[in-house]
Amino acid sequence: MAQAREIDPRPWYLLSPALLAIALLVVVPMSFILVYSFYENIDLGLDAPAFQFGNWRELLTDGYYHDAIWKTFRLSAIVTVLAAVLGYVPAYFIANTRFRHKWLLLLLLILPFWVSFIIRTLSWIHIMGNQGAINGLLLWLGVIDEPLPMMFNEFAVIVGFIHVFLPYMILNVYVSLEGIDRNLEPAARTLGCTPWQAFLEVTLPLSLPGLAAGCLLVFVLTAGSYVTPLILGGPDDFLFGNLIYDAVLSELNWPMGATLSFALLVLLGVVVVVYSRFMRLNQLSKAFG
Amino acid sequence: MARVELKGVSKSFGPITAVRKADVVFEEGSFTTLLGPSGCGKTTILRMVAGLETPTGGDILVGGRRVNDVPIHKRNLGLVFQNYALFPHKTIAQNIAFGLKYRGVPKAEASDKVRQALEIVRLPGVEDRYPSQLSGGQQQRIALARAIVIEPDVLLLDEPLSALDANLREEMRVELKAIQHRIGVTSIFVTHDQSEALAMSDRIVVMSAGEVQQEGVPEEVYNTPANEFVARFLGAANLFDARVTGADAGSVELDTAAFGRLAVPRERALWLGDATAARLVVRAEKLALSAGDAVPAGTVGAPATVEAVDYQGQLARYFLRIGDSRLQAIQMIDGRPFPEGATVTVAVRPEDCTALPVERAAGTT
Repeated sequence: MAQAREIDPRPWYLLSPALLAIALLVVVPMSFILVYSFYENIDLGLDAPAFQFGNWRELLTDGYYHDAIWKTFRLSAIVTVLAAVLGYVPAYFIANTRFRHKWLLLLLLILPFWVSFIIRTLSWIHIMGNQGAINGLLLWLGVIDEPLPMMFNEFAVIVGFIHVFLPYMILNVYVSLEGIDRNLEPAARTLGCTPWQAFLEVTLPLSLPGLAAGCLLVFVLTAGSYVTPLILGGPDDFLFGNLIYDAVLSELNWPMGATLSFALLVLLGVVVVVYSRFMRLNQLSKAFG
Repeated sequence: MARVELKGVSKSFGPITAVRKADVVFEEGSFTTLLGPSGCGKTTILRMVAGLETPTGGDILVGGRRVNDVPIHKRNLGLVFQNYALFPHKTIAQNIAFGLKYRGVPKAEASDKVRQALEIVRLPGVEDRYPSQLSGGQQQRIALARAIVIEPDVLLLDEPLSALDANLREEMRVELKAIQHRIGVTSIFVTHDQSEALAMSDRIVVMSAGEVQQEGVPEEVYNTPANEFVARFLGAANLFDARVTGADAGSVELDTAAFGRLAVPRERALWLGDATAARLVVRAEKLALSAGDAVPAGTVGAPATVEAVDYQGQLARYFLRIGDSRLQAIQMIDGRPFPEGATVTVAVRPEDCTALPVERAAGTT
């Protein structure tokens, strides 16, 4: 018993390279950012080292920022829900297909990552823009008289996000579907379930951990983005990340940028912690314990 | 409870024929085993009865009703899987009550039935646990409880014991048979384990390469195999080439290189017909070994050399040679086994031998 309490140092040796890398590349820079958030911005690009709460006060009192936080969470939630619905179907298909070259389907999922994310996002201009493929086709067919406004609005931003983050959702759901015993659905069927009931009773609940992980990933990735709204959104379609971008690159107000960055980190950290608490459904952890 | 009948049932998966024109009857309340090596089509038959596969030919009748096109959830069958297939996210009570829920059984009644089912499988009081908190043997009992609680017309058992370790397996097979006997449900049991089949079944259907090889009560299948495949698959058998040298009403006389002439009773040469070439089947445990060269009365015998001994405690398996023939003998031993290299007398009673016709493609294994 006493021996079991003694800490085996070996795991720490093995972890040390990773811990060192995280410390140097994440913890230290984040500390700088935190320190910077207390500095004072005097003029464009000119900061004075200080310890004052002006930046934080501005963040907490200015409705503009609160609005951006609300917008970010709302849009992330929409993207997450849509990605969950749209991602579950292909994941289910890949997990259950009798197609012999399953790896090929998985490769197709990973294939988009070989092209720069910015190029993939820009490609939507050619698909949904006024002179894009969809409008071109509809105009040519005579279905519409003038181009549908599909670009530079929230719709375009949502489409862009789903496009980019869907593979994360599919892969996560796929992995958990793969882990489900193939006999469970037949077992449910012999006990009286229709195929749909068997899915709802067995497959869906057992794939929830993967779905939950996929949702968290998509939510956090969306909430931390700024490029997609920048390229595909209109003037009002900004996320919190865009405010950071503006503060740092347009206003050259690094202390404010640091404050906003750190605030976003804390907000998303809270989301991750709360979410993992609630989504680790008590039953599931017991079932897989 | 219902009688299950397969009428010329076939199943092909693309170019592969898994089951070829199977005609089998599973009598009401009986315990029938589909026995055969993996890939022989036994599981496919079970899955077709369950509705998990659709036959490509023939009819499946349950209680006189053709069920080919009846969807799985309307067949009222209990299926027990090899790997238990319990729902890991549901409690034991929820697992067992699952089928009752979809049969509209009220909750109070369902929980009574769950308790009864748990008593039948001798695992009372585990209602609130999760499958992962039970051992393999316990999980298999729960799977059985889940299958029988719905009072199925037929209980289908797909190698339910093969995931258990040896001791537990033997214990469970006695218990499973007892439970089946008690509730009297028509049961179809799939296994590749001949000792399970012999120990548990009312009837055994031996299958190989998608075809039924023989069907009968265990003693029948064991003692009078219909062909070489069955002879080799059940127990350890020695097969010798033989020539038919004579026959009368009661017996067939054979001439073998190893034992000379012997008269096999007619009922042990049922499948022989009027062939002149035969294969003589001698079960390893029917061979008697003795020191010295006296052949006991009523037996045929020959001197043999012990080439190897596989000592197993209460019995020993001997690998012997008589002239050019090699054979196996299993014998209870008292004291020390015969040593390697010893010369012994091997004897067998002719009425313990079976004569089979020579097959063109011998050894379907």
